[in-house]
Amino acid sequence: MPAGTLIIGTGQAGFGVAASLRSEGYQEPVTLLGDELHIPYQRPPLSKNFLLGKESRESIELRPQAFYLSHHIQLLVGERAVSIDRAARRVDLASLAALPYEKLVLAVGARNRLLPVPGAELDGVLYLRSLDEAVAIKQRLESATEIVVIGGGFIGLELAAVARSLGKSVTVLETLPRLMSRVVAPVISDFFQQLHTSRGVTILCSRAVSEIAGSRGKATGVQLSDATFLPADLVLIGIGVMPNLELARDAGLAVANGIAVDQNLQTTDRNIFAIGDCAEHPNPFAGARIRLESVQNAADQAQHAARQIVGRPGGYRAVPWFWTDQYDIQLQMAGISQGHDRTVTRGNRESNKLSVFYFQQNRLLAIDSINRPLDHMIGRKLIGAGISVTPEQAADESVDLKKLAKALGQQASESGVH
Amino acid sequence: MPKVIYVSSAGDSHEVDVPVGTTVMSAALQNGIDGIVAECGGVCMCSTCHVFVDEKYFDKLPPAQDTEEAVLEISAEERQPTSRLSCQIKMTDALDGLIVRMPAKQR
Repeated sequence: MPAGTLIIGTGQAGFGVAASLRSEGYQEPVTLLGDELHIPYQRPPLSKNFLLGKESRESIELRPQAFYLSHHIQLLVGERAVSIDRAARRVDLASLAALPYEKLVLAVGARNRLLPVPGAELDGVLYLRSLDEAVAIKQRLESATEIVVIGGGFIGLELAAVARSLGKSVTVLETLPRLMSRVVAPVISDFFQQLHTSRGVTILCSRAVSEIAGSRGKATGVQLSDATFLPADLVLIGIGVMPNLELARDAGLAVANGIAVDQNLQTTDRNIFAIGDCAEHPNPFAGARIRLESVQNAADQAQHAARQIVGRPGGYRAVPWFWTDQYDIQLQMAGISQGHDRTVTRGNRESNKLSVFYFQQNRLLAIDSINRPLDHMIGRKLIGAGISVTPEQAADESVDLKKLAKALGQQASESGVH
Repeated sequence: MPKVIYVSSAGDSHEVDVPVGTTVMSAALQNGIDGIVAECGGVCMCSTCHVFVDEKYFDKLPPAQDTEEAVLEISAEERQPTSRLSCQIKMTDALDGLIVRMPAKQR
């Protein structure tokens, strides 16, 4: 019997490869293994509706258990891969078993970056990435009253919104001068700072944590380097993640800020792919080698890897997109804004409807939208096709972007420009 | 319990009992209906749960919100007059017998 494809990692990316292989007509064995004890589930709801009780463990499953059986996908949960023997094309597991492969897909994801301060190990200091961690936070939220969130990025702010919606006292600490500053323009940061403040959250930017204080092993508050002390019975930390590189590095594969892959998502070993949060790939929309942590990246790279495995060629080229939900506001992001030299705003904050268009030398790089979903979707089309509106057109609300995009698309296809 | 009939692009149909309040998207996943991908999990960010609603039922649905209308602009198979996102269709008794056709591709 052929060894088929072995996928390590049961997140959105790993699941996506298995599902796509079957929908692409792949006939050989497919094995999907991961160290979590749960069948594949969606992570985005963990920081949102799952904590609010609007989603359950069952409702966030990517597919019910029966799917794996009916699609002949061997699903091994609670199994950890410890090493790859590339010469023998075999993966050794912590359970001492070993699995052969013809093609191997590393969808090993990332892990939480830990806050390097005294007291971070205290009871009542929690991180969020997995379902188990979300269950723990949900339990603590039942009795906690004063919550400090460390990190003003997507996860920290989503957690703050949830905790505040549950009636808790919430303070968010951010070391940089504004919220989500690595990814969004100041006007978006300001919008969200005002949103949280208006809901009663205290936002403290440009502040550093020096220690988490505790008593009898339990967290009691957060000490800042400027001598401020914030009492807390629950400290939630969302300061980013680090890719899981060890398995690849120990097997002699090239790694950088992620497992290094080429435009086909192949590692330095042709039989091994790396996809999703762990993969550093050449991204045409960033014009650089990057690593992306998103559902879009996981799902599109999964489909791409599956197509490579079944012999459908073509380089990876999918427009990056992201979202975050905070209270009743959804921020939608299309493209990669890094490297922009100009931004223009369409709409305004007063109406709660605005988009920021990011340009580099008048070329549209990215769009962030709040309550302007059509801007976002048109943006995905434009950026994907490599065609640009001008900053003036973007800023002018009397310009119909949908019509303009259609006209520009026709022009581009007639002149053969892509 | 009201029923939904899912018709694949090849013409195969599957009848599924769907509890009131459950979306047509999540009922498809729970019942092993291939043809609905639901990449974003039902938050109106992707178009991979796109369906063509049978004309007899289309007017019984609450109209699409702006977000859904926008998402339909990027569907892998071009939208038609009765296109909807199945994640936005919540089952009601009035929709009993709802027929949805699934596009040949969702991505």
